[in-house]
Amino acid sequence: MQEIKREVLVNKASELLKNGTVDRVFGWKKGEFDYDITPALFTTAEDIENEFVWGDFCGANFSKYLIKETGKSENKVLVFLKPCDTYSFNQLLTEHRFDREKVYAVGVPCNGMLDTGKIKSSAEGISKVTDNGDKVVIETLFDGEITLDRNELLPDRCLNCKSKKHVAYDELLGEDGAVLDSNRFDEVEKLEKMTPDERFAFWQNELSRCIRCNACRDVCPACTCEKCVFDNPNSGVENKAATNEFEEKMFHIIRAFHVAGRCTDCGECSRVCPQHIPLHLLNRKFIKDIDSFYGEYQAGAEVGSRAPIVNYTTEDIEPGDAVRRNENA
Amino acid sequence: MQVNEYKPLIVAFCCNWCSYAGADLAGNNRLNYPADVKIIRVPCSCRVNPMFILRAFQRGADGVILCGCHPGDCHYTSGNYYTRRRMALLFSMLDYLGIEKERTRVEWVSAAEGAKFAETMNDFAKTVAALGENKRLEDLRCKK
Amino acid sequence: MQRIGVFVCHCGTNIAGTVDVKAVAEALKTEPGVVFSTDYQYMCSQAGQDIIKKAIAEYNLTGIVVCSCSPRMHEATFRKTAAAAGLNPYMVEIANIREQCSWVHKEVPIGTEKAIILAKAAVAKVNLNAPLTPGESPVTKRALVIGGGIAGIQTALDIADAGFPVDIVETKPTIGGKMAQLDKTFPTLDCAACILTPKMVDVAQNDKIRVFSYSEVTEVGGFVGNFEVTIKRRARYVKEDICTGCGLCTEKCPQKKVPNEFNLGMDNRSAIYIPFAQAVPKVATIDPNHCMKLKTGKCGVCSKVCTAGAIDYEAKDEFVKEKYGAIVVATGFNPISMEKFDEFAYSQSKDVITSLELERLMNAAGPTGGTLLRPSDHEHPHTIVFVQCVGSRCEACAEKGKEYCSKICCMYTAKHAMLIRDKYPDTEVYVFYIDVRTPGKNFDEFYRRAVEEYGVHYIKGMVGKVSPEGNKLKVQGSDLIYGRQLHIDADLVVLAAAIEPDKSARPLATMLTASMDTNDFFTEAHPKLRPVESPTAGVFLSGTCQGPKDIPETVSQAGAAASKVIGLLCKDKLTGNPCVAHSDEMMCNGCSTCEKVCPYGAISYVDKEFRMPDRTTKVRRVAVVNEAVCQGCGACTVACMSGAMDLKGFMNKQIMAEVDAICK
Repeated sequence: MQEIKREVLVNKASELLKNGTVDRVFGWKKGEFDYDITPALFTTAEDIENEFVWGDFCGANFSKYLIKETGKSENKVLVFLKPCDTYSFNQLLTEHRFDREKVYAVGVPCNGMLDTGKIKSSAEGISKVTDNGDKVVIETLFDGEITLDRNELLPDRCLNCKSKKHVAYDELLGEDGAVLDSNRFDEVEKLEKMTPDERFAFWQNELSRCIRCNACRDVCPACTCEKCVFDNPNSGVENKAATNEFEEKMFHIIRAFHVAGRCTDCGECSRVCPQHIPLHLLNRKFIKDIDSFYGEYQAGAEVGSRAPIVNYTTEDIEPGDAVRRNENA
Repeated sequence: MQVNEYKPLIVAFCCNWCSYAGADLAGNNRLNYPADVKIIRVPCSCRVNPMFILRAFQRGADGVILCGCHPGDCHYTSGNYYTRRRMALLFSMLDYLGIEKERTRVEWVSAAEGAKFAETMNDFAKTVAALGENKRLEDLRCKK
Repeated sequence: MQRIGVFVCHCGTNIAGTVDVKAVAEALKTEPGVVFSTDYQYMCSQAGQDIIKKAIAEYNLTGIVVCSCSPRMHEATFRKTAAAAGLNPYMVEIANIREQCSWVHKEVPIGTEKAIILAKAAVAKVNLNAPLTPGESPVTKRALVIGGGIAGIQTALDIADAGFPVDIVETKPTIGGKMAQLDKTFPTLDCAACILTPKMVDVAQNDKIRVFSYSEVTEVGGFVGNFEVTIKRRARYVKEDICTGCGLCTEKCPQKKVPNEFNLGMDNRSAIYIPFAQAVPKVATIDPNHCMKLKTGKCGVCSKVCTAGAIDYEAKDEFVKEKYGAIVVATGFNPISMEKFDEFAYSQSKDVITSLELERLMNAAGPTGGTLLRPSDHEHPHTIVFVQCVGSRCEACAEKGKEYCSKICCMYTAKHAMLIRDKYPDTEVYVFYIDVRTPGKNFDEFYRRAVEEYGVHYIKGMVGKVSPEGNKLKVQGSDLIYGRQLHIDADLVVLAAAIEPDKSARPLATMLTASMDTNDFFTEAHPKLRPVESPTAGVFLSGTCQGPKDIPETVSQAGAAASKVIGLLCKDKLTGNPCVAHSDEMMCNGCSTCEKVCPYGAISYVDKEFRMPDRTTKVRRVAVVNEAVCQGCGACTVACMSGAMDLKGFMNKQIMAEVDAICK
């Protein structure tokens, strides 16, 4: 259950619309099912009153939408930011991707968002999902009610939440939290401890399921290129049709490399992957390596920070030693 | 040398100012290394995009080596420092994916180090030959 | 589609010995784009070049591949050949089949196979080559020298001597720098002022040189040949062009208790002052922190006594904007602060002084009129201890000292010791040292004279502690050679303080986008081959801003920097290297990542209006590369995620095509 009530968000949005601070509001809207919430843009207090949703499935990070939306009008747009979203927000500001002046950011606390995939795999014919604190009640069409521990239904990104602190906002609803000591690198370490053969088998199994739908890229707040290299015929790497081509094979490595030092570890890539590939484990590997090779760095923690991949010291670790270090880890 | 030894395909990216000149010096001094090594000249090691390396592997290279000026001696002052960070991260990632770490290497070779260039290439070619054909990057996304 | 000609060189038997050149030429005939392929004994010979020229004309070639020796050898030759035949010189690629093929492989089949692959890679690249034209930019024929010490003075004089106007910007009220504070110079023992002040006068009298004293650089824009610099001229409250430097105001000024920085605070000056007698420009300056008129509005004595009417209490800082073709950094050094070195009791006793303070105490124009007297009681010191390497070569104490050797201390200490023994033979002089480093012409002889002829006691070892007791300084040190502890009751202790770059250097480096090392010394473009150039084109280095140096070295480097500047200013136009980065604005995200890795500050951002497909317009921030500044390393191209940034001559597509050709 989210600690802050829907009414608080709705009232805030309506207030800001009415007093002219903003003329558009990013929020969440009901989809076909309870767990199927979609991002939406509201322009009237009435629509917000009727359709605005706030709950356990409002995981979508709006930061990326600001790039296009702020370019459309001179007026401000309201965006609700969960703590993890604020890091993406800052990272995009660092990269000058939108005009801060055209956004009114309201920080909202977050207790973790439920994992749609886990919900769906826990029951058939789900008709309603209610969250009453520690437990989640799933009503089904055929099997009656199922009650599960809320923690069991959290995605990895929320189980290992890195921060409850908002690093950017104009206004905060509720209490601000703190940066947390998470265990987010545990999974990465587990993989590092495997033999290369085991690692290869793991990744082959995961990545072979990829259907190249681009959902990870499209949702990623770091993947905001005007034109992605994989969409650009002039880049020499774009190739949609042939299955045995470069893009097909190397997409995830290149994508992870392109967001290295910029990825805030928001976990959206894994959330939206229809094939449930744990893509965040690629990004986290880079984050973990950056932290251990060059000192801790959290993308988006501060606007204007210089990512370690575009920086150096004269005493940096040699690539050969970096790889050997994995071996001894 | 065994007759049936695997002949690997090796792509070497060399920076124009140090390593490419080091390779030339190896030639001047008639220092042998396997013909499996094919050099591509780039202005600086920092010009090498990870995509070039992955492309080489995808097109059948068995090993890719990147050579630049020694840290501190970069013609462009800082290019090889960026290379060092980029490649440390990329190689670590490839290793994480289970790709043999011996297939990638970064070596600093100055214009005066013809002998080092030849030794490096001999050693790298031998290491890569021992691994045999590069299948893993090929197969990363094709579960059999 | 390109029309490519392939020319395979035999290089006598250098190539033909291990590569079947005819087979290479034959194999290349069927490559995409190749319309002509041939071989010849010596492609670089006149006859060989004629073959190329003829083929360009006959087959209407748009690109050529020469399979020959290293491009480092003859790329320039074949580019000229192509240009002579009307082909853009950047449509030439070399396949290095000598150094990297025939010379390193012994068997003909192997060599031939590899040569064919290398040639194919070159053809694949040329297929994607585009004609390139080097950019041209004009040169402003004026130089800026930042810093008016001996380095800046020498550089400015040399540049002016070649006929180019030069401006010197100096933060102090006068030029002269550290050398003006020195008494004698090693190893000749001639007086510093006697050799420096004539040069200062030369500067003042040279109509090509303007001196902006009491000024600083606040903004630098532009690039090589076309810098635009803003200089802040701090208000000195005295009209420079009217003041005659008579000095009456300084005598009459009632505020005489201002520590005199020229004598390192060992005596006082007035609030309106001329730093020293030979100052250039020789004009007074009012110190606003101490002038009663400026602070409280009450006084005005100087204005009353100035017959020239030069005093102007209403003066304001002024900003001058000027264009320059070249900039020389000569910001110099300072001794590091001794406050952190408690063990030497610098802050506790007036009689523990730095070597620079000793220079003033021995100088005829110094606080004691040249008689060596202890600062505390004005007595003659009879036992003097010199401590070497205070803060230099200090690996363990990085937070208070420096890891590097300050280079000049060994020699000036030998000088001090010798001068003292010469003038005051009754004085015992001890020098504690780690090593005595005397590389330099007549340096070691000089040091040996100090020991052998003047009887200076050199002790290998460090001083552990200096404790003031009564009017003595108890010096405890170790003698490593005799393996004993020494206790000396000294009257004066002189610390050879490490030197560090002037604090103004760091912000200046940022303005100039010139790189610095971790010690804030400016980095040279190449440590051996380009020692007076910074990696930023058009920015040159003179003197200790680049590293510790003595006067002769500084002067030679100053002259070298001047000759580089003259070489630049002689040109009417600068021709760039056309293989530079270029950003495709349609793809650029404006994210500023490329800017961060550019060592030359060649990338800037502009807001540009784009027409959208739906006929609306959208303003986006995009990167723009200054082609005159870009050196073509390509660091930005990899930092760029979208691939908007590419490098002409080494485009992503071209390198990828080479990879593909090799891996086929």
